[in-house]
Amino acid sequence: MSPLLAVEGLRASYGRVPILAGVDFTMAEGEFLGILGHNGMGKTTLMRTIMGSLPATAGSIHFAGTDVTKLATHQRSRLGLGLVPQGREIFPTLSVEENMRMGLAAAKREDRAVIDGVLQDFPRLVRLLDRRGGALSGGEQQLLALARCLCAKPKLILLDEPTEGIQPSIIEEMIETLQTLRRRWSLSMIIVEQNLDFITSLSDRVLSIQKGRITGEVDRERLLSGDVAMTAA
Amino acid sequence: MDLVAILGLNVVNGAASLFLLCLGLAIIFGMMRIINLAHGEFVMLGAYAAVIAANAGVNIFVAMLIVAPLFVGLVGIVVERCLIQFLYGRLVDSMLATWGLSLLIIGLVTTIFGNTMQGVPTPLGGFAIGAYRTSYYTLFLLAVAIAMLALVYGVLRYTRFGLIARAVMQNPEMAAVLGVNPARVYMATFALGAAVTGLAGGVLAPVSGITPVMGGAYVAKAFITVVGGGAAIISGTVSASGLFGFVNQLGAYFTTPVYGEVILFVSAIILIRLLPQGISGRFFKGTV
Repeated sequence: MSPLLAVEGLRASYGRVPILAGVDFTMAEGEFLGILGHNGMGKTTLMRTIMGSLPATAGSIHFAGTDVTKLATHQRSRLGLGLVPQGREIFPTLSVEENMRMGLAAAKREDRAVIDGVLQDFPRLVRLLDRRGGALSGGEQQLLALARCLCAKPKLILLDEPTEGIQPSIIEEMIETLQTLRRRWSLSMIIVEQNLDFITSLSDRVLSIQKGRITGEVDRERLLSGDVAMTAA
Repeated sequence: MDLVAILGLNVVNGAASLFLLCLGLAIIFGMMRIINLAHGEFVMLGAYAAVIAANAGVNIFVAMLIVAPLFVGLVGIVVERCLIQFLYGRLVDSMLATWGLSLLIIGLVTTIFGNTMQGVPTPLGGFAIGAYRTSYYTLFLLAVAIAMLALVYGVLRYTRFGLIARAVMQNPEMAAVLGVNPARVYMATFALGAAVTGLAGGVLAPVSGITPVMGGAYVAKAFITVVGGGAAIISGTVSASGLFGFVNQLGAYFTTPVYGEVILFVSAIILIRLLPQGISGRFFKGTV
């Protein structure tokens, strides 16, 4: 079976500063793949390049059998790529409900049943539907960003540092929600994180990224013991 | 008492005209941060379209309310595809390019129709309030302004296109991640702004002198009102055109129309000094 996502020799830069220096990895359908790395190692750049917000300067990205390297962001989104970005990027003056409706923006018809279906897994959002997105707490925004992404029914979700600045109780809730969603929706996901507990409890496989390159798979035993020397190459 | 009524009518009329003039600009500037210095020429094209259609035998109301916005909306699509789409995020370049565009449009219209004043009689006739006479057309302008207000508000607030347009305005990159093509939304929004501006030109045609250079008289006023209004398209434009229309008309009544304009600009400068984010940046945060 061909992989769901295959990234080969991917390079990207901000202006003249190279950030990704040839990233290679593949992932299978249904897999939860963790990518672990410190700040500045290129995690968010990798997510943005896969999504198309940042152009690749070299290399290729194949998603579900299609070469998406040259496609625009909205075209990749319509093929089934979803991103829950770092900083969550909730539309601040739209209501929670309107934010979720934006998840259906690419659909032919706005189907209310999809939103109601997604909301079943996010009970915390139900009473907030009329609230402005910008008025939510960080944790609530994170749940909303995930719910909004799910409304588009993506095949693969890119989850960029979901625990950043979130209170521990909501992190626990997110782990549970994601595990439930995985069973129910047959999702595939890439989780980019620095939080070891979070990434360990959700990922089938964890890769480490350093200076814009994937430096290999992180051993599960070492993840569980918390002994990850990410500075050693 | 009659004087107060007629003065009140003038103030309302001034505010309504200003609102109509600004709405299209507010849509284009508010949604896309493009400074369209050819805005006045869009008004002029709307006026020409209405006058030429009316003089060719088209019903004057059809000419003003349908021909003018349709024509300028189409011009807007062409301009967006050929020029504006390359200028998003380049504020200074967009000003230069649209200024050039305004000169081009003035030149084209002058070449085709000559540098003479065109006109069309004001329809609807007049009525008297005591010793003063005014025209029903004043009330018609007010009705059109209210209808446009309701229409644009309704589109932005309650339709799917409006939701997507507001989202793109706040965060185009995130909207693209959700499958929206921002370029398409920008094109549609620019065309909508142009069409609304064309309609303003159309309905103002019977009460203005129509020449190729008439746009110059509108562009500064429209800009200062949009900047004074702030980021929210509807609440900002309504509040700023209400305020500036009021100041302008009262100033014109107590002094002369020229000083009325001067007073408008001075009060706008003071307002922007006090509220740099515009009226809606201070009082109507987060509204449409």
